[in-house]
Amino acid sequence: MTAAINIEGVHKSFGKVMVLKGVDVEVPESNAVCLIGASGSGKSTLLRCVNLLEPVDSGRILVHGDDITSYDVDANRVRRRIGIVFQAFNLFPHMNVLENVTLGPRKALKTPKRDAQDRATELLTRFGLADKRHEYPDRLSGGQQQRVAIVRALAMEPDIMLFDEVTSALDPELVGEVLGVIRDLAQTGMTMLIATHEMGFAREIADHVCFLDQGRILEQGPPERIFTAPEEPRTQEFLRRIIEAGRM
Amino acid sequence: MATAVISTIVVFTAIGLAIVNSPGWPAVREAFLNGEVFRASFPDIARAFKLNVKIFLVAEAVILVFALGVAMLRSLPGPVFFPIRAIAIIYTDVFRGLPTILVITMLALGVPALQLTGVPVSAVFWATVGLILVYSAYVAEVYRAGIESVHPSQEAAARSLGLSRWQTLRYVIVPQAVRRVIPPLLNDFIGLQKDTALVAFAGPVEVLRQAGIDEAANFNFTPYVCTAVLFLALTIPMTRATDWLIERDRRKRAASGVG
Repeated sequence: MTAAINIEGVHKSFGKVMVLKGVDVEVPESNAVCLIGASGSGKSTLLRCVNLLEPVDSGRILVHGDDITSYDVDANRVRRRIGIVFQAFNLFPHMNVLENVTLGPRKALKTPKRDAQDRATELLTRFGLADKRHEYPDRLSGGQQQRVAIVRALAMEPDIMLFDEVTSALDPELVGEVLGVIRDLAQTGMTMLIATHEMGFAREIADHVCFLDQGRILEQGPPERIFTAPEEPRTQEFLRRIIEAGRM
Repeated sequence: MATAVISTIVVFTAIGLAIVNSPGWPAVREAFLNGEVFRASFPDIARAFKLNVKIFLVAEAVILVFALGVAMLRSLPGPVFFPIRAIAIIYTDVFRGLPTILVITMLALGVPALQLTGVPVSAVFWATVGLILVYSAYVAEVYRAGIESVHPSQEAAARSLGLSRWQTLRYVIVPQAVRRVIPPLLNDFIGLQKDTALVAFAGPVEVLRQAGIDEAANFNFTPYVCTAVLFLALTIPMTRATDWLIERDRRKRAASGVG
């Protein structure tokens, strides 16, 4: 069966710095794959490449078998099928919650306003945000903002969700509510590629874990093996430091 | 506060006394501050000033829209849009580089002289077009600065929802940019209000030209002072309002902790 995402030999440089040096990742349908690794290892860049926010230099990315990195692809169409949630939320500060969530469906999918609002309200209710729908982002806590950002991505009804260290900018006590949302999504069978520093969460939720180191996938496998019996010295070193920092 | 009041009174009294006691003061007072001439010329000048206000209002409305269009075209990224960006850049470079008075006189005297059918021949019309072209070049740059001040992550968020470049500009970037540039925009419009007087050089009897007519009729410069009073009555409230908006904006940013 075709995987939801196939990343094949992706290279990406910014100027002279090569951030991705030939990355291969496969995300099967309805699986959650976690990308772990130190800051600067290329996790965010990889996610941005999958969403076509960054063009790849070489290699290709297939989504349900379609090469989305081919030159003749309509990037806007691809992005509508792939949701992404960012570390810094990136909500639109001049729009209230409902407007944030309905902008994509209304403008990119041409959904009538009423339908978009009904659907948004439904999603906001599901994630406990219905009473916030007329608030502006700066009136919400970080956790609420990030949940709105997730709902905003879900409102496009994507097949795939990408999460880029979505809890890294949150106060510790707000991390749980956001992880709870992702956990819910995993249970509904959403295909997800998740870059995270939350090792406990990765271990619990991931079907597969990839350890990125200096632009390469150094080691990958099921979470039990990666977290309990990593083979590569650098993976061991990374996990030891995480444990020392009390993050697992 | 008390110190400020006292020092202000002292300074202004000193300046006032210096002027009033200068040897030429009686002649200057007669030539510039003649109450009789002021009263006599005021109705004419106020009537002529209406044309300035009209030109200002029309030009402002057009500039707000036209300059935003120029700024948006200039902000379209990617090689495909290079020719459009180039046109926008040439336009802003040329019209910021030319003296306003030159653009106004050339358009208002030159275009009607072409005698093209269907093209307006009114000097007021072409002088207003001149003001619009010059000021739009400045205002477009103000808008562009606002557009560039919106963080790239906002664009990434909008594009990730499948919005096109144009939709991203239209719904996400520009609304945030416009809010930020309202104070500098108003600043440019204060300049525009004054520069409506340049229309005089193309012939129409607006306030400055009317003052010149009255000056010649009375051999007295008081009509110019009358004109100055009218301009200040219009520009000072706007200047104060602009400062108030800037201050409010500064306080709001300080309160919400974002820059």
